[in-house]
Amino acid sequence: MTMSDMTAQRHERRQLWVDRSERIGLIVAWLVVIAAFGIARPGPFLSWANFSTIFGSQAVLVVLTLGLIIPLTSGDFDLSIAGNLTLSAMTIAVLNVYLKLPISFAILAALGVGCLIGAINAVVVLFFRINSLIVTLGMGTFIHGVTLWISNSNTISGVDFALPTAVIVTRLFGIPLAFYYALLVAALIWYVFTFTSAGQQLLFVGRGREVARLSGIRVDRVRAATFLVSGLLGGLAGVLYTGTTGSADPSSGLSYLLPAFAAAFLGATSITPGRFNPIGSVIAVYFLVTGISGLSILGISTFVQDLFYGGALVVAVALSQIVRGRQERTS
Amino acid sequence: MAPGDAVGASALRLENVSKHFGGARALSGVTLDVGHGEVHGLLGQNGSGKSTLIKILAGFHEPDPGARLWIGGVPMSLPLAPADIRKAGIAFVHQHLGLVPSLTVLENLLAGEYAVAMRWFINWRAEARKARELFRRFGLSLDPLVAVERLSSVERALLAIVRAFMQLEAAGAGARLLVLDEPTPFLPAEDVGRLFHLVRGIVAEGASVIFVSHDIDEVIEITDRITVLRDGRLAGSLVTAEADKAEIVTKIVGRAVDLESLRPPVRAFGPDRAVIADLAGRGVKDFYLRVRAGEVVGLTGLIGSGYDDVVTMIFGTETADRGYLAIDRDEFDLATFAPHEAIKAGIVFIPGDRLNQGVVATLTVTENVNLPVLDRFNGGFFLSRSALRRRAEALNEALDVRPRNPDCPIGSLSGGNQQKVVLSKWFQMAPKLVLLEEPTQGVDVGAREQVFAEIHKMAVTGAAIVCASSDHEQLAAICDRVLVLAKGRVVASLEGAAISKAAIAESCYLSLDVAEGVGL
Repeated sequence: MTMSDMTAQRHERRQLWVDRSERIGLIVAWLVVIAAFGIARPGPFLSWANFSTIFGSQAVLVVLTLGLIIPLTSGDFDLSIAGNLTLSAMTIAVLNVYLKLPISFAILAALGVGCLIGAINAVVVLFFRINSLIVTLGMGTFIHGVTLWISNSNTISGVDFALPTAVIVTRLFGIPLAFYYALLVAALIWYVFTFTSAGQQLLFVGRGREVARLSGIRVDRVRAATFLVSGLLGGLAGVLYTGTTGSADPSSGLSYLLPAFAAAFLGATSITPGRFNPIGSVIAVYFLVTGISGLSILGISTFVQDLFYGGALVVAVALSQIVRGRQERTS
Repeated sequence: MAPGDAVGASALRLENVSKHFGGARALSGVTLDVGHGEVHGLLGQNGSGKSTLIKILAGFHEPDPGARLWIGGVPMSLPLAPADIRKAGIAFVHQHLGLVPSLTVLENLLAGEYAVAMRWFINWRAEARKARELFRRFGLSLDPLVAVERLSSVERALLAIVRAFMQLEAAGAGARLLVLDEPTPFLPAEDVGRLFHLVRGIVAEGASVIFVSHDIDEVIEITDRITVLRDGRLAGSLVTAEADKAEIVTKIVGRAVDLESLRPPVRAFGPDRAVIADLAGRGVKDFYLRVRAGEVVGLTGLIGSGYDDVVTMIFGTETADRGYLAIDRDEFDLATFAPHEAIKAGIVFIPGDRLNQGVVATLTVTENVNLPVLDRFNGGFFLSRSALRRRAEALNEALDVRPRNPDCPIGSLSGGNQQKVVLSKWFQMAPKLVLLEEPTQGVDVGAREQVFAEIHKMAVTGAAIVCASSDHEQLAAICDRVLVLAKGRVVASLEGAAISKAAIAESCYLSLDVAEGVGL
């Protein structure tokens, strides 16, 4: 074996090691964060109650993040998804509390509202050929206006207790059902991304629209479908949100938008680095939330939440850019 | 004329310029001499070294050691840095004019100036007045405040040339040399007249011009002297007034023996496999083509002749104004044809722009090669990733794609290997009609012959093949029939033994006469 063969082999082995550690980097980081806070405040932080609360209450954020990565994979943004969550939640409250309609009907209506928002996004983006960033930015604010209008800017509580029961009260292995719903969605998306032609089509539409079109993919159809699905998942997040709090308030859901983006991009740095992926997204959500929860247990004031999420988004985007840039140069 | 004299009298003199790319020679010992106040034509086929020479002058390529350059009699060191070029008084207008369509004429005009000089207050009114004066000086009627997208194509070319002239003025002394690199291919005759009027105006102001073109008539009309390159060497240097067209064509094409022994043997063709009728749109008018099973038809012509638009319109990459396509017994309307319908009809398209249309560089070989056939791997509910990978491995093996690793991003492969993957991707679909666009562009020499062999194999299976290319050697090597287009129409057809690199090239250069002759 010559000298250069040996260095080449050593290089290859090192590359393999780098690739592997990249895949699991986020999980390791999460464990490190848990260990650090655990050492600092073993009592309140390492309690099962703390973790089951985190897992259950943040299922909303997981679903929202999963809703984002679908259009992100095909190269579009959906900034209206948090507004969608708020309007869907409010739809349930208005129909169930004010109009006394059955909760099952209210839930279906909320999911319908989510799909409708996705459909409008798709039509405007694809028919007028406008950048989705702008369209969904406007749409998000527009539907927030609708939310304030139908709720008279009030928080509506007193939703049929069947919903909170099914979402947050009932527990399996000590963790609220909401967590399992979110995992179910993640598994479904993982299946579609990894094992179906649709997943490959999404990827090609996102990475090379012209290549996709010339390979016979109906690019506009694929993009329309991603807006519909992200609309549906926005609606589902709204249902879980109402179930988690037992009420709907017209504004607080909007604050989920930034953490969801941070988690989507952070998730894209692990598991399958350089690609938006559902498992990475789930881990990223819980990594971020664990950090916030630990900091608040340490008694650090609430502004740290903004510092943390905002910083995480920028760092995550920078990291995924580095990963992708390196993939383009080498390998 | 002794070299010493020439240096003194020249606006620009390049001597002994050679350039190798890897093992391939692009230029060998070329000399270019442009006199003061002269319009100097630079002619040659694709691959003759013309554009390499211009790119060396533009500082884009570094020539092999030994090249020398004088500007206005002053020796300069190569390669030139962009700032040196500007200071030396050389300005370029490329075929892609470098204008931003949505901005105004004035903003485009001043863009270059503001790129190099920081200015804290721009007096737009005064700048507009200055621009109007400049336009008036050359007899142009352009409104500085209108957006460039509202200008006609000749007006855009005129604007780009005036802007380049402004750069010369700003440089003050120096060569005062304007390089026009193929500025006319899309212009109708009367517009070329306007452009030439401007060029003469600029020369009258004391500048010199290098005029690069395919069009011999234009070169004869506007230039004082002509340099012809062929296969990277100087094929001749002529005084325009003393040269005639036949002589120039001979110098461009050469009379060397053709080396296309690769030519496929004459075969019997099957029945008509694909018929294209009444196709029009983009640069093409009334195009008609019948391709038999097993036949390889080449389409070529000069830049702007429309030969390259034919294949993109048949596949639906670009929409045709009208046109009909029949494949076996199925008929299609090309005015509403889209790629997914073309694929369903049994057509495949291998695009020339590989990086934007052919592959997604960041995705793996496996993913790229299997994209159109994913449904075949949908056993039950799950796409079998291992089967996809095995499929890619087998295809890589068959075409000797290196490295033999289907998991690496396709962007990390060489151009030739990428193209082999693209061929595998489409040929596995057993197409009825194959459309090729510059199939060996950016493909290394070894892979090139393999691409030819694959195309030949595909023809033998009974597919009809149409190849649009400006590479005459390639067409001569693979085609059973070659159609030459000019101004959107077929003006010449070569068949069988009549096909050779020289014959194709000659038809291309004489094609404009034919087009003029029938009043196109």
